[in-house]
Amino acid sequence: MLEIKNLAVDLEEEDKSILKGVDLTIEPGMVHAIMGPNGSGKSTLSYVLSGKDGYEVTGGSATLDGADLLEMEPEERAAAGLFLAFQYPVEIPGVGNMTFLRTAVNAQRKARGEEELSAGDFLKVVREKAKALKIDSDMLKRPVNVGFSGGEKKRNEILQMAMLEPKMCVLDETDSGLDVDAMKLVAEGVNALRSEGRSFLVITHYQRLLDHIKPDVVHIMANGRIVKSGGPELALEVENNGYADILAEVA
Amino acid sequence: MALPQPKVDATTAYLEGRALPKGGFTKAARADALSRLSAMGLPVRRDEYWRFTNPALLTAPLPEASEPLRVDQPIFTGMDKLRLVFTDGVFDAEASDDGAIDGVEITRLAEADAAEIHWAQGLYGTLEAAGQKPVDRPLAAFNTAAATDGILIRVTGKAAKPVHIAYRQSGDDADVVLHHIIKVEAGAELTLLETGTPGARTNIVLEMDIADGATLHHVRPQGRAHGRQVATHLFARLGAESQLKSFTLSMNGRLTRNEAVIEMNGDDASAHVAGACVGDGEDFHHDDTVFVTHDALNGESRQVFKKVLRNGAVGVFQGKILVKAGAQKTDGYQISQSLLLDGDSQFLAKPELEIYADDVACSHGSTSGAISEEALFYLRSRGVDEKTATNLLTLAFLAEALEEIADDALADALRDRLEGWLNRHS
Repeated sequence: MLEIKNLAVDLEEEDKSILKGVDLTIEPGMVHAIMGPNGSGKSTLSYVLSGKDGYEVTGGSATLDGADLLEMEPEERAAAGLFLAFQYPVEIPGVGNMTFLRTAVNAQRKARGEEELSAGDFLKVVREKAKALKIDSDMLKRPVNVGFSGGEKKRNEILQMAMLEPKMCVLDETDSGLDVDAMKLVAEGVNALRSEGRSFLVITHYQRLLDHIKPDVVHIMANGRIVKSGGPELALEVENNGYADILAEVA
Repeated sequence: MALPQPKVDATTAYLEGRALPKGGFTKAARADALSRLSAMGLPVRRDEYWRFTNPALLTAPLPEASEPLRVDQPIFTGMDKLRLVFTDGVFDAEASDDGAIDGVEITRLAEADAAEIHWAQGLYGTLEAAGQKPVDRPLAAFNTAAATDGILIRVTGKAAKPVHIAYRQSGDDADVVLHHIIKVEAGAELTLLETGTPGARTNIVLEMDIADGATLHHVRPQGRAHGRQVATHLFARLGAESQLKSFTLSMNGRLTRNEAVIEMNGDDASAHVAGACVGDGEDFHHDDTVFVTHDALNGESRQVFKKVLRNGAVGVFQGKILVKAGAQKTDGYQISQSLLLDGDSQFLAKPELEIYADDVACSHGSTSGAISEEALFYLRSRGVDEKTATNLLTLAFLAEALEEIADDALADALRDRLEGWLNRHS
């Protein structure tokens, strides 16, 4: 599914090296988690994969089912099946959430040569999926993320993911700013999407989210590299002992 | 003070060879207006009020030749309304709708002016004359003196359908001068639609007398003719508890100067003046100049103007709120914003507040910005291509102005026009 090889990335403006050779392979249907201290490069990895400006790839590769992600525009990556759930979802005043969702769904369908969804069909699907995430019709009508609470924003991200049905989902600190109940709701939304053909990369600081979204593989990232990988027990180790031991061990 | 010689010369040259209508019931008003014009002289670039907009195209003796204006697709179709058509600035009975609206009396200026007496006698040129202080508006004085046609509307009840003044040009260049009067009597209501541009160069004055408890909605899509050179003046006087909402949509246009001069004379009145314009290229210059005077208690006014500019287009906003002594509890709001789609375009704004009452809430703001990179990336990361995403965000920027239109169907029609424009210009 996702194959990242020796990926090296600089921050364009500061000429600063952030990723220093990341290797990561995620098989179809698998859930991988990346944990790591602040500044280790976790969010940068998610932005580089989704095509945000401001980063310069200085080496390595990232492919999705063999297609070179780094050569694509952000919208092409999305159409190819990549989805990033933002750590800080963007507020867009003046664009209704429903309009936004329909535009996105139909843009991807068009890019893949599929028929656009009719307004009626779209409405039916979105209502059903919104209900599962406890997103009411008012939230669908309001401008994208404007006036949404932290939890509502994250649920809105998961709704987009559910509507777009990507094959590779990257969740960037989706648990940040969530209380326990909201996190459960978000995790349920994610778990409902788990399937054989769909993979997840869950970026998080805390083991807490991983209690709800059970990972197959856990990676520890530090200083721009993945320094250790293991099973779910690795997340528990971090939770109990912090990163210091692991970092000392690999240093 | 003697008028500077260049102004005298420009005014003389402008009037030379023009056969101004003598007028029937408007005769005295026309003569007064001509005196006003001679005293003020035509505007020149050096005038403070024209600092951002060169009036040369509007004050040249003859309009600069331009291609015949583009014939717009009809707008507001399928809507029940009374359509009054002006072709090349002349009322076109054949193209206009027959019939009447209960509680609405409509006369054509060119016909009414054959008589010495008319209900509009006390109004014609009156609001224009009052609007000359404290700022000269010479092109409006010229209009009162020279208008060859227009519509005189008196509304005595709640009009069952809108009156639609539709302008069109048949092909030849024309210098069109139209003067409309809209008198909305106490408690009456009217929606007035004004669409298109009647000639290569156009000067339109609207005098709106809105009596106590009356409501006037004015929606004006000015079309998308590139060669348009137009000066409009909207003069409105508002009685107690009356309401005016005026919205203008302008696409393209070589030079457009839309002035609105609003006098809040009765207590508890409300006036909203708003506009959206989109321009592409160096041959686009659009100027919104607004002057709202609060001279009564508890008045509410809003000015909301949004401009989308690209490829060297220029947008201007001059907006003023004047709160006279005693106009307590005034709530005045003004916002002007531009979205610059590239580094070549320019937005020039002069927001002004002048307040002589001590218990008022007035605010103004003016911003200039580009499309939000964050929002653009967010949309693209969801699969929306850059062009579609940019257009979506541009429409979103204009949405706040469109919200000033009370009628959703009218707002939707304008939104469709804007969407079409954005798709053609990106």
